[in-house]
Amino acid sequence: MTNTSLSTREKVEKSMVRRRAAEKRFRTYGMASVLFGLLCLVGLFGDIINKGASAFRQTVIQTEILIDADFLGINKKADDQEIRNADFEGLIKQHFKAMVQPQGRGERRQLYSMISAGAAWQLQEAVIADPSLLGKKLSVNLIADDDVDQWFKHDRGTELHNNRMSETQVKWLEQWIDQDMLKTQFNTLFFVNGDSREPELAGIRGAITGTFLTLLVTFLLSFPIGVAAAIYLEEFAPRNKITEFVEININNLAAVPSITFGLLGLAIFINIFGVARSTPLVGGLVLTLMTLPTIIISGRAAIKAVPPSIREAAFGLGASKMQVVFHHVLPLALPGMLTGTIIGMAQALGETAPLLMIGMVAFVVDVPGFINDPSTVLPVQIFLWSDSPERAFMERTSGAIMVLLGFLVTMNTAAVMLRRRLERRW
Amino acid sequence: MKKALLAGAAMLASVVSVTAHAERDYISIVGSSTVYPFSTVVAERFGKATNFRTPKVESTGSGGGLKLFCSGVGDATPDITNSSRAIKSSEIELCAKNGVTEIVEVMVGYDGIVFANTAAAPHMELTRKDIFLALAKMVPAKDGSDTLVENPYKTWKDVNPALPAKKIEVLGPPPTSGTRDAFVELAMEGGCKAFPFIKAMKDSDKNKYKAVCHGLREDGAYVEAGENDNLIVQKLVANPDAFGIFGFSFLEQNADKVQGSTVDGKLPTFDAISDGSYPVSRSLFFYVKKAHVGVIPGIEEYLAEFTSERAMGEDGYLADKGMIPMTDEERVRVLKTVKNLTPLAAK
Repeated sequence: MTNTSLSTREKVEKSMVRRRAAEKRFRTYGMASVLFGLLCLVGLFGDIINKGASAFRQTVIQTEILIDADFLGINKKADDQEIRNADFEGLIKQHFKAMVQPQGRGERRQLYSMISAGAAWQLQEAVIADPSLLGKKLSVNLIADDDVDQWFKHDRGTELHNNRMSETQVKWLEQWIDQDMLKTQFNTLFFVNGDSREPELAGIRGAITGTFLTLLVTFLLSFPIGVAAAIYLEEFAPRNKITEFVEININNLAAVPSITFGLLGLAIFINIFGVARSTPLVGGLVLTLMTLPTIIISGRAAIKAVPPSIREAAFGLGASKMQVVFHHVLPLALPGMLTGTIIGMAQALGETAPLLMIGMVAFVVDVPGFINDPSTVLPVQIFLWSDSPERAFMERTSGAIMVLLGFLVTMNTAAVMLRRRLERRW
Repeated sequence: MKKALLAGAAMLASVVSVTAHAERDYISIVGSSTVYPFSTVVAERFGKATNFRTPKVESTGSGGGLKLFCSGVGDATPDITNSSRAIKSSEIELCAKNGVTEIVEVMVGYDGIVFANTAAAPHMELTRKDIFLALAKMVPAKDGSDTLVENPYKTWKDVNPALPAKKIEVLGPPPTSGTRDAFVELAMEGGCKAFPFIKAMKDSDKNKYKAVCHGLREDGAYVEAGENDNLIVQKLVANPDAFGIFGFSFLEQNADKVQGSTVDGKLPTFDAISDGSYPVSRSLFFYVKKAHVGVIPGIEEYLAEFTSERAMGEDGYLADKGMIPMTDEERVRVLKTVKNLTPLAAK
């Protein structure tokens, strides 16, 4: 007896080394995979921030320009429309021509191409806001063209012989730098403008508004429908073949590739019901289809997590089924449901594939005002910019990705916080 | 909360029914991703300069655009479709079947397709025959007989002794792309025709001729790199041995990173494409649904902006964006078509 127990002990002690080593190995593997994941994340974020940080700065040309009322042909009593029709572009051209005195037509064209088309709108807005500026000298930061912007922020001083800037242009630019005229400022336009084909004027406001409207439609539809479906399936539906079938299908739907929902949306909402293409309305409808399974599944899990004692106590006090569900179960399950909804919405926020099918991959300049205006969403905007030939769009692409990531992180943090604060443990 | 949700749902329901019948007050444009960069510039300027709303431009590809365009008349269908090739007779028939009978064709300019590598590598001088031999699935046998064999060439030197002994590796667009269509038609078929026995095939067996001349090899030498031309440019910079196929505007914007190879002795330059001497260039178009003119506000004004001197002209802003303008004669013809809205004659 003692012999065998000793031998067992010996056996255990012998195997101890191996078992400890196995445990250590497993821990190392685990740590290595977490580390690998983190490294990838840091690499990705680092790359995007590295490329995109410069999108938030815009090169401007600081200059003092005379708002020549005679040249513009307007006086202080001019109304907005007259000011809009005035030739501010010509005024700017004249101003810079007098400053650097280009030789011949070729040089003039080169000079004019260095100032953004948006500079004229800048002056125009300033004069509309304050007509008394007419006839006065105004010190403004005029937006530079994207080529100048890229040169000033990245290429200047590098060996790259950039064909986008001629020697003459570089000469002028160096002069301006010596006179302290060229500087960068915070790129406000990136946040207040809609899309544009001029990189220096392109902004994400249209895409953000479109995203907001689309998600609003998605939320207003998917939350009530999802919650109602979850409550019915979990609390009221009889357990039989049909509900089982429905249940399996909901779980399947959650795993269907999202582009399928786009095709479905195109066939049903656009072709049969005639909802207008490219609108947040149809986008929201399609994304509702996509997020519904997520919301139903998480909703059911949240209802399941409410302990039976609560229900039984309510029944014991004479509450009807309806009262039990709506007065006791639902309030306790709601935090879990909201968390699921937020995660579903965050998923919808990052989706492009289904929107390809319903015409939301479009160039839209005007910021959408309502859910039936044409619009695009942030991930689509990123996709469109990444495909544009102008090099300045590259940093704007990364800039927009940073904004999108910001939204995603905020939404997911909100979901976690909500769960922490409202969740009850039994 | 519950009431708010109910109200929201009710509002949505009413909006759905309203939008389904609302008049569209902006121009809807679909079509080619090649014309998209030009069409959007015009749309933006048009929106800023007039009181009309800025047109919505979707990038669906030439074929997809024409399919949508031909799906009927009414404000649920697009008014204009961009195309990097001329409309096919089958598409005109489809249009006619759906009630789109009067289509106005507007040519906007030219686009060159370039064969480029990174500026850090040596410059290449190719002919269309070299391109065909390097990229075709089936090529004439080396012994000079009139037989076709699976493409055996591994390096450029195998194709033409004057070229460097570098592996053939070409990144290009997938079959869905209009750029690919134009490339096989202009560069590959151009090189293919250099062999008399294949050329003779055109009359005897047209399908085989097309399969031979348009078939790109699938053994890894030609890599489908997706529709994103920026990505191709980035890959070329990373891989000095690789070549890429993309539109001229991307070459122009990235002239410090990549260089275009000469094709048949011509460099892909603005002038060579515009006068037609660079062999791999094509015309760009858009098509207007005449039935929508006067119904959807702003179409005529948009056409006027697109065909104006400051847009389409030799020094216009479209040329700044990389489009190759037409000759003055061609422009006069286009202007006349636009002014009279002359529809396409049935082919």
